[in-house]
Amino acid sequence: MPELFVTRGFSGRPRAAGAPKDRIPPGQHLVSDFPVLSAGPTPRIDLAKWQLEVNGLVRAPVRWSWQEFLALPAEDFTKDISCVTTWTKLDTKWRGVSLDALLERVQLDPRALALVAACYGGYTTNLLLSDVVNGQAFIGYEYDGKPLPPDHGGPARLVVPHLYFWKSAKWIRALRVVDEDRPGFWESNGYHIRGDPWKEQRYTGDP
Amino acid sequence: MSALVWQIGTVREIRPETAKVKSFTFSLPEWMRHRAGQHYDLRLTAPDGYRAQRSYSIASAPERESAIDLTIERVEDGEVSTFLHETVIVGDRVELRGPIGGYFVWDATQRGPLLLIAGGSGVVPMMSMLRHRAAARSGVPARLLVSSRTIDDVIYRAELDQLASRRDGLEVFHTLTRAQPAGWTGYARRIDDAMLAEVARPSAKDALAFVCGPTAFVETAATGLERAGFAATRIKTERFGPTGT
Repeated sequence: MPELFVTRGFSGRPRAAGAPKDRIPPGQHLVSDFPVLSAGPTPRIDLAKWQLEVNGLVRAPVRWSWQEFLALPAEDFTKDISCVTTWTKLDTKWRGVSLDALLERVQLDPRALALVAACYGGYTTNLLLSDVVNGQAFIGYEYDGKPLPPDHGGPARLVVPHLYFWKSAKWIRALRVVDEDRPGFWESNGYHIRGDPWKEQRYTGDP
Repeated sequence: MSALVWQIGTVREIRPETAKVKSFTFSLPEWMRHRAGQHYDLRLTAPDGYRAQRSYSIASAPERESAIDLTIERVEDGEVSTFLHETVIVGDRVELRGPIGGYFVWDATQRGPLLLIAGGSGVVPMMSMLRHRAAARSGVPARLLVSSRTIDDVIYRAELDQLASRRDGLEVFHTLTRAQPAGWTGYARRIDDAMLAEVARPSAKDALAFVCGPTAFVETAATGLERAGFAATRIKTERFGPTGT
């Protein structure tokens, strides 16, 4: 690490307050509320018309209606989440369907390398398959025991807790399997291609 | 794009805008032209290595070289904003990294019209856009609606009056939600569909809308603009919650 530049007069909050250091990535601070950030208006999605699809480099695309999606095996998840705007929230409680459960219902092409998460409202984000399998990611539809509200991405959002939260695409509509990890929406607008909070991969060009 | 590096900015000027809001001018050794609407990250480091970092919108125009203005609201219990308001003086140095963000931006070469809806300190990135518009001598029609609690909470009030008085296609609308001075002729309520429709009316079809403010404000404004005929893809939003210190 380069030499520390100390800010005159700054001591910061008492260190004892807050959670164990090993749960707060560098440059992040703890919050207790759940801030809302998105690039446009909040889409309101009719559950009768909602669907989730896995397509792209799979043998046959699979599509679920809301009822079919709710019939998939669900799990409870308790996860720490970090937003690139520097807030970190501990022990967020979700219910949802793991991406493993979705991906085992399609047959991946050998070239499959990454996913494009595509959303109602037009948002996209890119993820390596190696970042979403083996219990690392899920489609969440309940938060804190209640249906996920629209401003937090309801009826259902992708949740990839070990990456900055812009990767956890709200209002998820489709997961497109692709053979190349191409930048999505924020990744094309100055943000890092992968976004690992522990490596502080905030912006394009960060290590 | 190359990586953005942390650089040490020097505080050149501190100007109170309202009781809770100050503008800080930082000179930067490696100033880079920004796009109006972008932000900088600001980082504070304690002697034991503890760090706190926040993002702040740039208030100055890209035409203003070698320095940037950040306008910062003092947030209750805000670790960084409180320090900046209470402890920092002219001549102090802090670490900055930017400019950042490629979406919530406007350039005078883009077609208008421009519709800007700001809640409180959400006006800061809009100010960069309007200063840029003036510096670039752009005639793009623009309307700004600013929601503030009282007349004393209006950030950049005098400069907004001055910009509007140029009669170059900019119109500024205010709403005061808590209290209004005697003889007030602007709006006097929280933003609602009727207000948004009035401000948006001449431009709804082809305007580009930017909305910035607290989460609830942005939700109301973005939804109202959709009902006023704006396509969701023409509404760019930036939100800050109570923790956006």
